[in-house]
Amino acid sequence: MSENKIEIKNLYKAFGRKKVLDGVNLDVKKGESLVVIGGSGTGKSVLIKCIQGLLNPDMGSIKIDGKETIGTKENIHAKMGMLFQGAALFDSLSVWENVAFTLLENQHMPRKQAKLEAIRVLRQVGLAPDVADLSPAELSGGMQKRVGLARAIISNPEIIFFDEPTTGLDPIMADVINDLIIESAKGLGATTLTITHDMASARKIADRIAMLYQGKIIWSGTVKEMDKSDNPYLKQFINGSSQGPIKVEI
Amino acid sequence: MEEKMVKKDFTTFLQAFGKPLVAFILRLGDFSQFVLKAVYNCFIPPYYFKLFGRQFVSMGFYSLPVVGLTTMFAGMVIAIQTYSGFSKLGAESAVANVVLISVTRELAPVLSALMVAGRIGAAMAAEIGTMRVTEQIDALITLSANPFRYLIAPRIWAGIIVMPLLVMFGDIIGIFGGYVVGVYKLDFNPANYINATMLNLQTLDVVSGLVKAGVFGFIISIMGCYNGYHSKGGAQGVGEATTNSVVSSSILVLIFNYIITEMFFSR
Repeated sequence: MSENKIEIKNLYKAFGRKKVLDGVNLDVKKGESLVVIGGSGTGKSVLIKCIQGLLNPDMGSIKIDGKETIGTKENIHAKMGMLFQGAALFDSLSVWENVAFTLLENQHMPRKQAKLEAIRVLRQVGLAPDVADLSPAELSGGMQKRVGLARAIISNPEIIFFDEPTTGLDPIMADVINDLIIESAKGLGATTLTITHDMASARKIADRIAMLYQGKIIWSGTVKEMDKSDNPYLKQFINGSSQGPIKVEI
Repeated sequence: MEEKMVKKDFTTFLQAFGKPLVAFILRLGDFSQFVLKAVYNCFIPPYYFKLFGRQFVSMGFYSLPVVGLTTMFAGMVIAIQTYSGFSKLGAESAVANVVLISVTRELAPVLSALMVAGRIGAAMAAEIGTMRVTEQIDALITLSANPFRYLIAPRIWAGIIVMPLLVMFGDIIGIFGGYVVGVYKLDFNPANYINATMLNLQTLDVVSGLVKAGVFGFIISIMGCYNGYHSKGGAQGVGEATTNSVVSSSILVLIFNYIITEMFFSR
């Protein structure tokens, strides 16, 4: 049994002539919190979508628990949860129906019981029970993110993906979400993979950081190693400087 | 030199035709795949009866006023036109027959389908399109729900089942429209008019209309879902998907109307 939860080898994905992933190699250890950083349009979202089978990579291998997932007919989503950038709550359903979606649709839990379970998890992410019957459109951005997080963790997934979890939130709410991510991941003992360009968030939640640039992982290490690193690309990115080897396409 | 220029012109000429052609063929292939996948998933459990019910009500019940109004006025117009065209020949009794045939065979199915395409096809494309651009469809997949079974199958079943019911309703209202004009404006004897209608009522007329309705329902749902499912790039993309769904389903309705008519009546 390998220690790696996720193993990605030589992953390629192009859209037309644009190469987005150009040979990505990345391992995520069991129980680890890995944060992938990189500028906008460097393929972070594509990477996460490939791992979840939402996009088909052109070439390469993705193994979860040592099993190849590309082209498999097994349901790989059962052990995964995902918090989307815009929360992606179903607006035709109420908040609790969103949270309890897998319980209702996949586990066929009775509605009463599912609602209680949803309220329990909503509490866990700091939301009052009276939110349960609202519709997602009535919530603020921060609350939507929390509901999205509740929906991602309710089925006790082994792997949780976070797509830009703090984007669009004020710094305090962003920190609250960071804490919730750490808490819920630790509580479940889950492996997490986060993509973000928010360095404060990355520092807080990461066991290990990897930087994606031009479709490749160009650096990976712990936060301490990151601060000591003299990799010019990494340095420019964490300092948020417009001067350096990374050229912004205008 | 000149020969080179001609060659170059010829290449650009070919490119101008070739590019859209290739794009069209790719899209057609993509669409066929989508249709096959959608139809296949209509028969595979789990079945979402509640979602089907919701579609059934919004597509059927809430379309009743629109379908009723259109077919009613269509029936009334046909009665007046037939009378003004045939009255010189003294063929007043023909009015009932012409109203009956034109409403059941053509007007009720086609007009209802066009109205429902505008009302429901557009709504489907907008709803599914918004779900696509806000990543809700991706979220469905990550929650182990197949979007073809959860979103598309209920809409297709609703389309196929609701449209014939709407058209049956439209048939009755349309013929009633003809009756109202015939009796109250053209001074026909009510009993004679109803008699003439019942006498000329043919199963084939009604059945062909209902078959059309089922096919149109499928077309409206599949075009709404396809355009929504493949919409890209925010609000503008959703707007385009909505327009495309209405235009393409309306055109397909008219084309298939001809094909089915040909199948039933070209003897």
